[in-house]
Amino acid sequence: MTLVQLGHPARARRFLADVERARFHDAALWQIRERRDQRAAELPEWEALRELGARIKAHTLAELPEYLERFEQNARRHGAHVHFARDAAEHNQIVFELLRARGVTRVVKSKSMLTEECGLNPFLERRGLEVVDTDLGELIVQLRREPPSHIVLPAIHLRTADVSETFSRTLGAPPLADAQSLTEFARSHLRAKFLAAQAGITGVNFAIAETGGIVVCTNEGNADLGTALPDLHIACMGMEKLLPRAADLGVFLRLLARSATGQAITAYTAHYHGPRPGGELHIVIVDNGRSALRGEVRHRASLRCIRCGACMNTCPVFRRSGGHSYETHVPGPIGSILAPLREPSAHQSLPHACTLCGSCTAVCPVKINLHEQLLELRERQLEGPALERGRGSLERTLAQLLGWLLKSPSRTAQLGAVLRWLCRRLPALTRYGALRRWTATRELPPLPAESFHVQYARRRAERARSPGDIGTRRE
Amino acid sequence: MRVALFIPCYIDQLYPDVGFACLELLEAHGVQVEVPAGQTCCGQLLTNRGALRAARPLAHNFEATFAGYDHVICPSGSCAAALRRQAESWQDRTRGASTRVVELCQFLVSVLGTPARAPAFPHRVVLHESCHALRELGLGRPSELGPGHGLSESPARQLLCGVPELSLVEPARSDECCGFGGSFSIVEPDISARMGSDRIFDFERLGAEVVTSTDMSCLMHLSGLMQRQCRPLVAMHISQVLVGRTPPIARVLPRTGPQ
Repeated sequence: MTLVQLGHPARARRFLADVERARFHDAALWQIRERRDQRAAELPEWEALRELGARIKAHTLAELPEYLERFEQNARRHGAHVHFARDAAEHNQIVFELLRARGVTRVVKSKSMLTEECGLNPFLERRGLEVVDTDLGELIVQLRREPPSHIVLPAIHLRTADVSETFSRTLGAPPLADAQSLTEFARSHLRAKFLAAQAGITGVNFAIAETGGIVVCTNEGNADLGTALPDLHIACMGMEKLLPRAADLGVFLRLLARSATGQAITAYTAHYHGPRPGGELHIVIVDNGRSALRGEVRHRASLRCIRCGACMNTCPVFRRSGGHSYETHVPGPIGSILAPLREPSAHQSLPHACTLCGSCTAVCPVKINLHEQLLELRERQLEGPALERGRGSLERTLAQLLGWLLKSPSRTAQLGAVLRWLCRRLPALTRYGALRRWTATRELPPLPAESFHVQYARRRAERARSPGDIGTRRE
Repeated sequence: MRVALFIPCYIDQLYPDVGFACLELLEAHGVQVEVPAGQTCCGQLLTNRGALRAARPLAHNFEATFAGYDHVICPSGSCAAALRRQAESWQDRTRGASTRVVELCQFLVSVLGTPARAPAFPHRVVLHESCHALRELGLGRPSELGPGHGLSESPARQLLCGVPELSLVEPARSDECCGFGGSFSIVEPDISARMGSDRIFDFERLGAEVVTSTDMSCLMHLSGLMQRQCRPLVAMHISQVLVGRTPPIARVLPRTGPQ
């Protein structure tokens, strides 16, 4: 345990410093969590649906190579082109080559966490392309040159005034005070971009092995417009997005919208089976560490994730620290698993940004044991393969010492008595070091002169001397 | 039926009266309970940080101390959950004492089945459902779960509902975490304090006088904040409420301490 705060705790502190904004952020996400609860409560089969969702995903992941092959064949039958990318770099190169070969310079994009993961926007922009994010929240953060702070609500960390300022500064908008006029302004700005675009890039929510079709869910219809106007549609997906059959889709569409935003279904659910007449459809399937994750027995379940964001909305830490405090494209509980597994040393603080309350596990529509995996990652840091050990041998040694001390009742009693005595006699000591992190905001617990076991032993002895006395009653 | 009481280390060291309240409560229910002398700590202090190997001696000690009891009563949902988790992850100990750990209220409601009449407690009380009792031990209905989970109200709530003159206040967020989280309270002090303060605000909004819980560790964090902020709310372990202890008087003036 280092004494200087780094990583998530330091970034969380910065977020909390703006009290009003932090309060607003917590309240806004809690409202979505409540809406999600209401929608879930309307379905008598909700818990059965979650179980079914978890099992379908687990099965698909177990048979992934088989389903990938089937999907590829069926997608090609519809006239789609299927590309496989080993990592982010390959993915970006494939997309860029497709665009360059067709002389594309203007691209519209609907929300895709995969392209965030791969850093596609900066990659294409460096090569002179104009890439416009068409999801309203994504557009706002793109204009601010910020990463999204939430996978479903990319601009949830901002308030209306921030958006108004952003539109004025970057797009020359007049000062607009309400969400409605801001949305209308963004709409007319985007309409011109849609009409001028030569290619549309989308993510993929579900890919159906049986049919070779892909499904894209949005609430703004921006994916539909972005793929209906230009001739070229590039759909980018992680390889875990597969479902075996079209019949499975019903389970996931019902789970996704309810979990994500508390809607019964997303406003637009677009199904693509091959390109539209005269157009081209390219599907880029990305591994980027997913095969390795699939081999991790204790973390494989995190590949079931359908990116609904429910774990973020419910996480009491996320709501109070904001998505940017995680410094990873997928933040929150699921991101705190995915990021340290990919890069243990860069994301050491994330498995500890969690009280282990288990709320994430209870909302997850595909029943990922999120908080248990976070605990397991803490174990890996301390006791896992040497290369992954994030924390020092000092903590390991201290832990062993504490284990040895607390193993014995007499040593425990002595240690406790000394510590209580010290804190009573020298309370100033508690204002320094790690204890300061307790005393900065909280009083110390009571420090009784005698522990329970000491008092209990005495009362037992007294009771033995004078039977008939109610030994446990307080004097 | 041989029944043992396991007093978690921090209750032993900091809250001896909670231990005695548990004994009185069990005696009032006619339970002959033993307090084995060799007991120390469940090990959660270490396992919560990921130090599983360092916690093994504690697990061995727990198993040795509580072998031979039919029930090991633990007045802490969190420690009970840690022991249960340990029982699951240790293949060689699947029949050990840690599989027979039962949370105090759970014991009274599910094992005994007939809670004794509690003394009157004429106060406005709010129950803080501890996350580990609720979501790890499955004691109660987590607000996240939809229909079809088959869980009933928490034993703690059932017991409080039977206390004469006690009025139960319902917070707006029924089971949000208090932000203690063991090492979390030290590793993420700002978020931890914010979460606790939000919880306290929610409890006080409807005029609660006493906050109670199956977990004294949540209450240690919450009362630390309440005292520093000079709140009128006080914290009592559920065993203290159920035996009718008089609530402590909240300090009106802050103790001297760092800002």
